Amino acid sequence: MIAFVVRRLWQSFFVLLLMSLLVFVGIYAIGNPVDLLISPEATQAERIATAASFGLDKPMWEQYFLFLQNAFAGDLGRSFAYSTPALLLILQRMPATLELAVAATLISILLGLPLGLWAGLRRNGFAGKAIMAFSVLGFSLPTFWVGLMLIMLFSVYLGWLPSSGRGETALLFGVPVSFLTLDGLKHLLLPAFNLSLFNIALVIRLTHAGTQEALLQDYVKFARAKGLSNGRIIGVHVLKNILIPIVTVIALQFGALIAFAIVTESIFAWPGMGKLIIDSIRVLDRPVVVAYLLMTTTLFIVLNLVVDVLYSLLDPRVRLSDVKG
Amino acid sequence: MFKKIGLLRFLGSALVALCCVCTPAMAQDFKMAMSSPPTSMDPHFQNITTNANVIEHMFEPLVMRDPNGKLVPALAESWSLINGLTWEFKIRKGARFSDGSPVTAEDVIYSLDRPATIKNSPASFNLFTKAILNKKIVDSATVRLTTGQPSPLLPQDLVYLIIVSKKATEGLSSDDFASGKGMVGSGPYKFVKFLRDDRIEMERSDTYNGPNKSPWATVTIRFISNASTRLAALLAGDVQAIENVPTPDIERVRKDPKLSLVTKTSERMVFLFADWRDKSPFVTDKNGAVLPRNPLKDVRVRHALSMAINRDAIRERVMEGLSESTENLSIPGSSGYNTSLKAQKFDPEGAKKLLAAAGYPDGFGLTIHGPNNRLVNDEKVAQTIAQMFTRVGIDSKVETMPMAVYAPRGAKYEFSVALIAWGGSNDLTSPMRALIACEDPAKGLGVVNWSKYCNPKVDEILTRALVTMDDPARSKMLQEAAAIMSNDVALIPLYFQVSAWALKKGITYTGRGDERTYAYNFKPQ
Repeated sequence: MIAFVVRRLWQSFFVLLLMSLLVFVGIYAIGNPVDLLISPEATQAERIATAASFGLDKPMWEQYFLFLQNAFAGDLGRSFAYSTPALLLILQRMPATLELAVAATLISILLGLPLGLWAGLRRNGFAGKAIMAFSVLGFSLPTFWVGLMLIMLFSVYLGWLPSSGRGETALLFGVPVSFLTLDGLKHLLLPAFNLSLFNIALVIRLTHAGTQEALLQDYVKFARAKGLSNGRIIGVHVLKNILIPIVTVIALQFGALIAFAIVTESIFAWPGMGKLIIDSIRVLDRPVVVAYLLMTTTLFIVLNLVVDVLYSLLDPRVRLSDVKG
Repeated sequence: MFKKIGLLRFLGSALVALCCVCTPAMAQDFKMAMSSPPTSMDPHFQNITTNANVIEHMFEPLVMRDPNGKLVPALAESWSLINGLTWEFKIRKGARFSDGSPVTAEDVIYSLDRPATIKNSPASFNLFTKAILNKKIVDSATVRLTTGQPSPLLPQDLVYLIIVSKKATEGLSSDDFASGKGMVGSGPYKFVKFLRDDRIEMERSDTYNGPNKSPWATVTIRFISNASTRLAALLAGDVQAIENVPTPDIERVRKDPKLSLVTKTSERMVFLFADWRDKSPFVTDKNGAVLPRNPLKDVRVRHALSMAINRDAIRERVMEGLSESTENLSIPGSSGYNTSLKAQKFDPEGAKKLLAAAGYPDGFGLTIHGPNNRLVNDEKVAQTIAQMFTRVGIDSKVETMPMAVYAPRGAKYEFSVALIAWGGSNDLTSPMRALIACEDPAKGLGVVNWSKYCNPKVDEILTRALVTMDDPARSKMLQEAAAIMSNDVALIPLYFQVSAWALKKGITYTGRGDERTYAYNFKPQ
């Protein structure tokens, strides 16, 4: 198992290297960020000086080599637009995005599981059909549209919740979080729900399918024959058995939530990493774009690894080994 | 039992007391939403409107513009020309920073020197200070600035340069400002809190004694990039005013009884570059082969292009009234604005005749390039113009792209006809220097002259105007240049963008032409 983890990390290293090279070359090919950032009235000398201060006067391969050298020392470079270390910029915005993703995950579990169970148990009833219809909508409606509709409904017409922004934050271990203040919680609710919509649908469908399958299993019949209460059969025996795939999917989806938070963050003016990356791409702020993508890639790699390891621990039938070609 | 009642009574009276405190305070709070967040709180970090708009609430330059672009006193209560090369600025009497210390000549000199010391600035303010060769403190409230050659535009350039406190900012890095360190200005507001990408909170400064006193005790500026969300925040009552109302919603805001719409013609002049080179990459015959001779070089063809554009239709159908057609490159009232130049009339027949006279009776093929995330409705405007060109026989295609791709390509002269705008059109020398002058990178001339237009006569006038201190004489020279450029169709002017603000009823507002939005310009009725 240790060999597996080490090999996996070794492979991941090359993924990261390749990734950084692709982004580097891609942004280099688009053009010179100085053309976008500097005042159009600046003279050529000022343009050259600015480019030089960013290290953009060197040939592409040399810039990349310098980047690698610094990256191995833990320095991913300074943002061109903010002149702040790129990693710091991302870390400053990370709590907001993580909070949103965690809240969305919680919502998808809290709503998705019971709804999915209900739909699975009453699949021919009206409730079951309505829940499944809702899950289809959750899959197919575009996030930005749903987000705007939520704002129109809950903020503009009903006036229950604030339309956008992050609201009051409180410090938790030195990190600003919204969920500890009422105002922050109100601000968090709509974007978190919007972000979780796809996942709610996903959890509903997984639970629904799992429940239906489990209900036909022998152990359920046996439990019924034994005279166990319905609540105990569903709540303990069925739920336990269908939970494994759901947990796996939710864990993997967590990475996707962070990556797809971009849309929700722009609609709700949520000051997270997604907004930062969009703004940075707009001005070709290469250090930030590279650092962000390296971070997300790392996140995905780690999440996948953790899920694989957990899986092998939870399910004794799974053994970790590489497929050799 | 008794205890319970006592508690209730206490809570009740506490609530009443709280409301007494909070009601008048509520009327004093003002929240508005802007479309872009600032990149830094350091006033000298980056020369960009989004930063300046926020920072100028708390800091002042020496000189500022009124809503129509006219120079008015800010921190300097007066300025005058001492001799051909020296300007004298007098600091407002009793001007103090928000920490209570007086603003001195030393702070002014320090602020003029500071931009050159900022490391890694993406757009340095050096541009505005480098002409100054000698800075002299006359007394604690008077400075004299001497330039190498006559510099009539120095007060205009100093509009962009913020005066900071030497004591408060010495030794600080640009990043420090975001936490509030060094945020000690002489402006109408005092810094309270800045949450990156989300909002900035400020309160009225007690030490401010200038002309722009705030009617609000506290001001919050929210940053909401998405236009629909910004409008929703206004509709939901989260903010009392927003800038950059999206054009599709203009009608809705006009009709809403709870909102009012304020518009103001901005200094952003939208135009087309038309390539002046002998051969141009996107001017083709009807089959798509690049023409051996660039027809755009012929003044008749350029005239025809300008005549083929129906600017009224663009204003009515694409811009929802938010454009003002122009033939001048600078705003009305600016130095160099030529009143005899009227926006080109729509004349498709005349355009066809001119094309025929130039030897292109059947027109030719053309690709118009434009940005798709920079100007209001940029992509739609480009498409509309392409259709208008096609109507007179010039088969036009449109290719738009994000500004991040567009600007670097334009700088490499990759386009034939390019849609873009110039934001500093409050003095004709500004667009002339950058867009019109023959390329001379060392002197900073023609740095964004994407069409490679070059007319020595125009350059000669520009060079003279840049060192002419006598305002009427200078204005006359520039008006002459404006006429020559119009005659040459140096570029094809389209319109000035019109800025739009939406606000709650019960508040009045005076819009500004320089795309800035100051909270103190909003007044409760």
